[in-house]
Parts: sequence; C-alpha cells; structure tokens
Amino acid sequence: MKNSKAGSRLEKLLDRGEFVVTAELGPPKSVDREVIDSKVEALRDAVDAVNITDNQTAIVRVSSISTGIYVAEKGLEPIFQVTCRDRNRLAIQADLLGACLNGLKNVLCLTGDHQSFGNHPQAKQVYDIDSIQLIKMVKDMRDEKIFQCGEEIRNSKKAEIREPRFLIGAAANPFADPLEWRVNRLEKKVNAGVDFIQTQCIYDMERFEQWMEEVVSRGLHEKVKILAGVTPIRSLGMLRYMRDSVAGVRIPDSVIKRFEDAENAREEGINFCVEQIKRFRKMKGVAGVHIMAIEWENAVRGIVESADLLPRPNGV
Amino acid sequence: MIVAEQKPIGEILKKLPEVEKLLVLGCDTCVTVCLAGGEKEVKVMCSAIRMADKKIGEVTGFSIERQCDREFFKEIEAVVKESDAILSLACGAGVQMLSDYFEGKLVIPGLNTHFIGSNEGAGYWLERCLGCGDCMLDITGGICPKTRCSKGLMNGPCGGSENGMCEIDPLNTECGWYLIYERLKKLNMLQNMMTNQPPRDWSRAHDGGPRKLLREDIQP
Ligand code: SF4
Ligand code: SF4
Repeated sequence: MKNSKAGSRLEKLLDRGEFVVTAELGPPKSVDREVIDSKVEALRDAVDAVNITDNQTAIVRVSSISTGIYVAEKGLEPIFQVTCRDRNRLAIQADLLGACLNGLKNVLCLTGDHQSFGNHPQAKQVYDIDSIQLIKMVKDMRDEKIFQCGEEIRNSKKAEIREPRFLIGAAANPFADPLEWRVNRLEKKVNAGVDFIQTQCIYDMERFEQWMEEVVSRGLHEKVKILAGVTPIRSLGMLRYMRDSVAGVRIPDSVIKRFEDAENAREEGINFCVEQIKRFRKMKGVAGVHIMAIEWENAVRGIVESADLLPRPNGV
Repeated sequence: MIVAEQKPIGEILKKLPEVEKLLVLGCDTCVTVCLAGGEKEVKVMCSAIRMADKKIGEVTGFSIERQCDREFFKEIEAVVKESDAILSLACGAGVQMLSDYFEGKLVIPGLNTHFIGSNEGAGYWLERCLGCGDCMLDITGGICPKTRCSKGLMNGPCGGSENGMCEIDPLNTECGWYLIYERLKKLNMLQNMMTNQPPRDWSRAHDGGPRKLLREDIQP
C-alpha cells in the first residue's frame, strides 16, 4: 500500500478513486457560533470535506484554522485555507504546526484576493511568498522535514523530528488570462508539490473541457487530483454580477440566455449545477467536484443527491 | 527618476508656521522633471503663500541643483540663515538631507514622494522599480513583477488576470504578469516563466533595515 501523506479522509477517498465532493464553509464575521453550526448541519454527510475560507475577499472573519478545529470537533473534515496576503513565512509555518497539532490534515494554498476588495483596504499586504512558493514550503515541511529556511523540524538538536503533515491543495483558474498559460500554471503547481486542485467556478463548460483535455494530454491528472469547481446561481442578477465584477470568472452568453429564459432562477441554478456535475463525472481526469454555494449551504445536499452522489462513501 | 507630487495647497498652508521669513526651496533634478518642485513650481508656490491669509512676513523662493547632495547647500547658507523656516519642494530624501545640513532649522515637506518611475507622456508617470536590491529584470523580459504586479508575485499571473488587466482595477491597471508573458513570448523566452522562482530574500530590500551603500573602491 502507498504511504499516506496526511492520512485524511479526503486523501483516502481520492486514492481509492472515489468521485469526491467538497464544499465551502465561510466563517462568520463575528463570534456567532450558530452560523457555523447551521452550516455544519447543512453539509453533514452531504460532502467529504469542507473548505474553510481564510478572510475571504479580504474581509475579516473567524480565522480558518480555528474554525477548522471547531468544525472537526463537530465531525466534519476541514480543508483549511491559507492565503499569502495576510501572513509571512514565519506566521504561516507557525500556523501549519498549530493546525497539525490540532489534528487538521488538509490545507489549501492560495494567493489571496487583494486587500483592496475587502473591508480594510488601508491594510499593508504581505505576499512575502506566493501560492506556488507556499505549496513548496508545505511540501518541504512534510517530505523533507525542513522549515523554509532549511532547518530541520525538531525542537532541539537531540529531539526527534516531528513534521506537520498535510494533503496539499491549491486553486486553478482555467479561465484567467493568458488562457494559453493556464495549464502551464497548473504544471508549475504540480512541480511545486500540490496533491489536489479545486478549480475556479466553472460556467463555460467548453473551455473547461479544453483545459482538461490539455491537462490529460500532459499526464498532469495522474500527478494531481482535480476537483471541478461549481457555484450554483441563485438569480439572474447574481449571474450578471459574477460576469461583470468577479475577476477570473467567465460566463458564456448561452448560460446568461438560459437564466434569462428560466421561470425560476434558483431551480435552474440547481439544475444547471447538477447537469455540470454529471458531465464532470464522465470527463477524463476529473476526480471530484467542489461546490461553492456562497451563503447558500442549504442547497448543497440537494445538488449532491440529484447528482446521484449520496450517500457519501465511508472514509475508513 | 523619483516621482513626487505637490501636497494640496490647503495642507501646506496648514503645516506652515507663522514666521517672519519663509524660504521655499526647489530642487532642479527629478522633481523638476515631474513638474512638482522645480524653479517654476517654487515661483507659483511663493505667490500662493503670499496670497493666502497667513501671518508670514516674507516669502523667498530659491532652487538648487539637488537637495539630496550636500555639495549644493553651500550656496544657500546665507539665505537659509536669514529665514526662519524652509518649505522644501524636494523628494523625501532631499527634505531629510536639508534638515540634516541645516540642523535646527524647521523644514516642512511640500511634496508627497511617490515612487521610482518613468515619464509615460504629458503629466503621466508610472511606477517601475521598488529598489528591491536584487534585480531580476533579465528573467522577466525587462518588466518588474515586484512593482508591476499588484501583489508582487514571483510566479504569476494569479487567477485574477483578465483581458490583460489586474483584478484590483480592471479599467486602469495592467496585469504585470500578463505584460511579462507577452514580452517573453516576443523574446522567445517563455521558458523562463516555467521555472518556479524561490521565495525572495527580503533582507536585501528595506525589510533588512535602512540600507547603506558604501563603495570601498571610492573611499578617500
Ligand atoms: S527587480 Fe528590484 S531592482 Fe529590478 S526593477 Fe524590480 S524592484 Fe527594481
Ligand atoms: S492580476 Fe496580474 S498584476 Fe494583478 S495581482 Fe494578479 S498577477 Fe499580479
């Protein structure tokens, strides 16, 4: 049997070749436990792991790792996120040690949205390292058992090495520019040591298929597990907003038309999402789906069920 | 060059102390070129101060070759001695050098110093270099990722690059990494972008503390 990297449920399912389902859980902007609790219940047994966002869109929220620990205690498997915007290499490595100490096993390495998007646009940005350097740092901590500076991860010269071990994830955006560079960028992340990828939310299925074909033709799908990202649409307004104002999201006119013609946008949103997932399942190289139902966690279970992905497999 | 811009006149007037004699001192180098603090701007500034209802006795204007170099201060020693305060229209380095040289004389900054940049057209300047102490322009086709990428990424572009523009301001800010990509393509050097650049050594930049450059070979 293959040696495990972190021994997480997500890792086991991916290794077994299950079509995995992950979702997103955004922590609240206050110490409101009930917000987390209700999202936990909405996602319980509907998905295999949940991403805990890290000050998403540069807005202060409960930290990703502490929410991750909280969620894990409630029985969900967290994937905590780390962006390079708010912390330097010292802070990130300290957090990785702490996350491992508290039993977290999956991490997603991100560049992070620029602070100008959020509620503290006057903040100093960090970007001491970027997402690709972050992936390499987490991987070197796990596999080379060294800190970024090269020192071994042990408490003293005589102490045993005790390294933090994580399944390492990252994002990929098949729709950003330059388009021709996007698979190369994925390859750079693979070279840095990423284990799984969650893509930006997909609306342009043709473009995604093209991207996947290139990924497969280069054999990258054998080196990294790719989860296709979806965000169910709740209204035509939301769809237009995403097209016009969210960087790196591409929405073809045919999709806009479909929602313009729809009687009930919410239902159409769910149907579209389910159709997408069914198509992903047939695409070579797609290892699962990542459902980013932003502030609409209640929609996830229905989507997963309609996509014939319930019950979720056992993680042991 | 160093690119700077005059502070709003209201702010300058508020900062000015009510003295008998004020010297407005320009600088004939970078800030002259970027139309912020040369001879011409000194003249305009003097009349603006005179016209404002400030209790200042006498406003004199003067400009020297460079305020960031001691050797040019000699010629103004007399006029400085006569004045009670100086409004400097030099960059931050000039203001500091002036304060050091004439220690005890109150110096007020009249400009906001912005960046090291280039003149791109009439009244248009662009930030080009952060003085990182470790230049990599050979790898990126002569376009600085540390400066031109909004996040200073070493391995860009990030997922926010769209139509050649950066996510922070898709109408006005180009994506530095998109520019690098296009440039490297022309140079037939795209392979450079495939190399994963390691984390930066920030100790060579300002993060290592205020920097000094001491050339042993030209010491007396
Ligand atoms: S790499 Fe450093 S020295 Fe070179 S242009 Fe950029 S900031 Fe300036
Ligand atoms: S869009 Fe381009 S310039 Fe803006 S942060 Fe991303 S890589 Fe940098």
